[in-house]
Amino acid sequence: MTKDEILERVIEIVRPYAKDDDAMEVISLETNILQDLKVNSARLVDVILAFEDEFDIEVEDEDADAVDTVGDAVELIHGKVG
Amino acid sequence: MTGSDSVGVVLRPDEVLELLPQKDPFRFVDEIIEVDEEHIKARYRFRPEADFYRGHFPDNPVTPGVILLEAIAQVGVVALGIFLIAQEGGRTEVERRVSVFTDAEVDFSGVVKPGDAVTISATKVFFRRGKLRSKAEMTLDDGSVVCTATVSGMGVLQ
Repeated sequence: MTKDEILERVIEIVRPYAKDDDAMEVISLETNILQDLKVNSARLVDVILAFEDEFDIEVEDEDADAVDTVGDAVELIHGKVG
Repeated sequence: MTGSDSVGVVLRPDEVLELLPQKDPFRFVDEIIEVDEEHIKARYRFRPEADFYRGHFPDNPVTPGVILLEAIAQVGVVALGIFLIAQEGGRTEVERRVSVFTDAEVDFSGVVKPGDAVTISATKVFFRRGKLRSKAEMTLDDGSVVCTATVSGMGVLQ
């Protein structure tokens, strides 16, 4: 799976949790999930679980803690799906 | 839980109820019938003298949906969460945390009148990174379902 394909799916996963529609329109690898998209921090668990289901991977808590931006998520997932 | 040397304990239903931080007049749990790491079942009878019935509605008292949801959250998120956190880190961990209701999806399918008794059953969907999500159902004594909900919350350090 290419990083572009992963990015596309990551965007769709975070979309329902994003509170800032303008930031969602210009989402990129640099977009910070909590600060830019205004995702409620309690929803990060939901996002991580959705990554696990969507990509059939397991994300350890310490890996999840390192995810700040959309790009961090793409790199993490890419490293796991190969 | 990490950062604590306390040992996990398996709380009895009455011990969970005692640790529930919500108190009268905002506690909507009379008795916890059963609790384990997968599910919980509790009972509550809505008090006819509750203040909200005076306005909701005059001459036609009906329990507000948000109160039904609160009752479900007190059982499915707070009480079950207390059991799960105690199992990991003991009472110390429970006492260090305040329970925060984070999100819900809910359907109402019936009316709860003053004096009605309900049974609330909740099953754990996941408990990860301190977040608990449960699927719950509230039924009247005739077996009819009045509310189903998926409720989530987190135990946040005080």
